[in-house]
Amino acid sequence: MLKSLFHTQLTLGFAQAGIASVLALAVVLLARRRNIHLESDAAIALLRGIVQIVAVGSILALLLKSPRWTSVFLLTGMVLAAGSISARRAKNIPGARKVSTYSIAAGAGLVTAIMTWAGVIDTAITSLIPVGSMIIANAMNTNGLALNRFRSEVLAHAGEIETALALGAAPEHTVASYAESSIHASLIPAIDNLRSLGIVWIPGLMTGMLLSGADPLYAAIYQFVVIAMILASSGLTSLLSTMMIRNHAFSPAEQLVLKSSG
Amino acid sequence: MSIAQQTATGAVALRTEHLGRRVADVSVVTDISLDVYHGEMLGIVGASGSGKSSLLRLLNRLDEPTSGTVFLDGQDYRQFSPRELRRRVGMVTQRPFLFPGKVAGNVRFGPSQRGEVLADEDIARLLERVGLPGFTAREVTNLSGGEQQRVSLARALANRPEILLLDEPTSALDEQAKMGVEQLICSLVKDTSLTCVMVTHDRDQARRMCDRVALMEAGRLIQYGKPAEVLGA
Repeated sequence: MLKSLFHTQLTLGFAQAGIASVLALAVVLLARRRNIHLESDAAIALLRGIVQIVAVGSILALLLKSPRWTSVFLLTGMVLAAGSISARRAKNIPGARKVSTYSIAAGAGLVTAIMTWAGVIDTAITSLIPVGSMIIANAMNTNGLALNRFRSEVLAHAGEIETALALGAAPEHTVASYAESSIHASLIPAIDNLRSLGIVWIPGLMTGMLLSGADPLYAAIYQFVVIAMILASSGLTSLLSTMMIRNHAFSPAEQLVLKSSG
Repeated sequence: MSIAQQTATGAVALRTEHLGRRVADVSVVTDISLDVYHGEMLGIVGASGSGKSSLLRLLNRLDEPTSGTVFLDGQDYRQFSPRELRRRVGMVTQRPFLFPGKVAGNVRFGPSQRGEVLADEDIARLLERVGLPGFTAREVTNLSGGEQQRVSLARALANRPEILLLDEPTSALDEQAKMGVEQLICSLVKDTSLTCVMVTHDRDQARRMCDRVALMEAGRLIQYGKPAEVLGA
């Protein structure tokens, strides 16, 4: 129906985005009837999402004509933004932004670098940027989940943690079990994605490859490669961020500084 | 010279000098100077929100003072590592916060942090001392409130502290368990000459248990001396 109304690809794209947003907002309004208020969060997220993705699309259009090394700058910018966004999940933990940025940079950066070196990810901007951004975005989500879970666990068990400190325990020992459960919980979506790959969902990358005429079997295998890369980078990010953040929950005098009132 | 030095004798185990803590521009503990003598039971009494527990948390450095300091056996406590300080100044809180597992695991916890392995007979002896003979292999989830608090005491004592901080140790217990734990603490102090600082909102309990009492109000120490002098007969 839309194709008959909109004759250029760009106007068609905006019309499709409008319909998808209306559908998302309808669900938000449905949630409101159950007293779940997501209106402002969802509206801002939708607006930000379209502005950001259009900006990235515009930059990509420009970059396609640029030398390959420029993709490094774009990916670095994405890592910085990802660090800042996922740090919000660790409210009240000092240094969360730095920890998030370092962890995502190390987790996503290392996996992207190895796979590019091995020739799994093509160095062409049209390949490196989309795949790299997928890896960074998933590392960001995992990092956010890990930090959020860690924060909740520490707040819920402040009494146990301070009891252990009062008995002479090392700070990292007092939160070790909470750090482990945070890493585990943060990786559940990535593991579930891998587990349900092809059965419950056919991810976008594979769909895109099929649409552009790639061999279906190769598209399927390459999609597995990407999801496995995501699991590797997410795991490394989560491991690093949880290891680093646990030290930030304590002062140099080994006092718990992450408190619900703080 | 502090009031304590005028009214008590013996060596000072713990001294606070102008101790204070501000949180978000609010003073929760203000300019507290007091001495705690070896082998005495000092009670910190006051209404809810008067800063009693905040003061206690400064004594083992669970919170950082923003002014003044604490001397342990004459040495500024910042000279000790936090872990060493907390081994020497033990703490028992209102809720016991026992770690999941068996009673023995809880009693072993403190020494194991320094790589020490507490022998089974030492654990049994400690549990006997707190009135829980034969409880070594019991799961902590199967204990009553009073029993849990006794395990918490045994766990703190396993570190062989020189000073024991008690933060409302009986306030979460029923009357019968409360009297039992109260008697236990008194006998421990008497038998082992343990120095104790106990926070309580219960003035009768302070009269029954304490050698001296410090009365707090709005973060300040307003009176300090024998229970009968501070709290009345």
